Amino acid sequence: MIRTRNLTITRGEATVLSDVSLAFGEGGITALIGPNGAGKSTLLHAIAGLLPAGAGQVEVDGLDMAAAAPMERARRVALLAQSNQVTARLTVADLVTFGRWPFHRGRPRAEDKAQVTRALALFELEDLARRQIDTLSGGQRQRAFTAMAWAQETPWMLLDEPLAALDPRHARDLMERLHALSRPGPDQRSIVLVLHDLSTAAHYADRIVALKQGRVIRTGPRALAMTSELLSDLYGTGLKVTRAEGVGVVIPA
Amino acid sequence: MADARRLLPLALGLAALSALFLGWSLRAPVEFILTLRATKLAALVVVGAAIGAATVIFQTITANRLLTPGIVGFDALFVFLQTGAVLFFGSAETSTLPTTLRFGLEAGCLVLAALALFGLLLRRGAGDILRVVLTGVILGIFLRGLTAFAQRLLDPSEFAIVQQLTFASFNAVDRATLAIATVLLGLALAAALALAPRLDAVALGRQTARSIGLHHDRVVLAALALVALLVALSTALVGPVTFLGLIAASLAYRATGAWRHVVLIPAAALIGAAILVGGQFIFERLLGLQSTLAVVVEFLGGLLFLILLLRRSRP
Repeated sequence: MIRTRNLTITRGEATVLSDVSLAFGEGGITALIGPNGAGKSTLLHAIAGLLPAGAGQVEVDGLDMAAAAPMERARRVALLAQSNQVTARLTVADLVTFGRWPFHRGRPRAEDKAQVTRALALFELEDLARRQIDTLSGGQRQRAFTAMAWAQETPWMLLDEPLAALDPRHARDLMERLHALSRPGPDQRSIVLVLHDLSTAAHYADRIVALKQGRVIRTGPRALAMTSELLSDLYGTGLKVTRAEGVGVVIPA
Repeated sequence: MADARRLLPLALGLAALSALFLGWSLRAPVEFILTLRATKLAALVVVGAAIGAATVIFQTITANRLLTPGIVGFDALFVFLQTGAVLFFGSAETSTLPTTLRFGLEAGCLVLAALALFGLLLRRGAGDILRVVLTGVILGIFLRGLTAFAQRLLDPSEFAIVQQLTFASFNAVDRATLAIATVLLGLALAAALALAPRLDAVALGRQTARSIGLHHDRVVLAALALVALLVALSTALVGPVTFLGLIAASLAYRATGAWRHVVLIPAAALIGAAILVGGQFIFERLLGLQSTLAVVVEFLGGLLFLILLLRRSRP
């Protein structure tokens, strides 16, 4: 379970997150939604224990993330940041192997290599395993980084705008994979992600956390919480949640 | 094993160049000439290795393959220290100071200054390396300005001593300094190799490195201390060499095709040493020239810097 209590984070004079208290359990996809500057990425990084909290507490499965050692945190949550710039000329396999860092600390063992092989297979990267990261397309690259986060073998995967640079085909492909991973099974991960595409959230998310100006204004199962009124209020423009051919979509009202 | 195979040709190349440097047209008195040549060879190897290794580490922690430690003001600090010492204590006192003491003071000042500056910036800027670099560049300009001012205050004989101290020269190397520098180089390289797997993770960028459990800022600080020590021992030995590291590091990336620092650091060290030994051999033995190596290395390094800049450095 992820639990934040009265979490407040300031940056200079500005309060980025204000008194955020929320809790959600394992499994499924949790989407953080809200307008630009609402504090979604900050909340994600705070959950990962990578931002010092001004006040309040973050717990992941009972672990106090502020007090935990970096290695301990990295075995609890894998965070995929919004932009990933790698200066080294790594292959896809090298990159995914870095996901095993909390276990091997730079010296991969047989079980790490086995997990990397599984990650490459799961994300259909076997053919690209020997390719350099900087020769990949945006979609392939994002898949490789997601495979790296998966290989970290944490119960929680946090993804900051994973669809930002992807065209509709690759965005759908990635969401289908994440959705499959979030279902019960041997490879299951609980997934928390920041999404700007509300139709994607309406279609794939199991629960949503809506943020505005650093505060949580609603949280709960998507079907109940994600209403036209909430979205219109959240973004300050008329939006309507509807269904088209059985699929949830968000359109201008 | 694969790592050793990649380094072997470089090590053999350096060994061959060293043998040429020592043995080419050796005449009587053999023992005397060999001792002279061996001292110079050791200095060349120590300086080349220190600068090569320091530059690879520095480029990793700054995530920029165009930078060298010299660019953020290490050499300017060295020249400033030298000039300041002559200005305040006089040329006689400075040049009569015991070598080990002078070396210790210079190296210590450089390491402390680098750690104070970068440590402060890293705490404040939380890993904003661009700010660190820009501050270093501005500090370098500031220190050069101060040095130029201080040099105007010196009388001509003292100015001559400062000039001698502050320009890279491989011809007048003090043996006591060389011995200390060699020991320190060994220690620094051992520490760098121990740090190598963590430097590999630093190359992923701060956010990703932290998310896989690396104590990123602590590793960067340790790496900076190593860079400062390596640059200090090299500059204290022969004076500032700004662009040699750029050549050594660029060649190390190309020659090995590696990204792991356990290969890159020794490779850059071997290549840095080979450039200096090979260069000095050509200039001194084949062309019969003295003290032009530093100028040529700087010229070629500067040229490479411009080429890399114009081609934009590959990530």
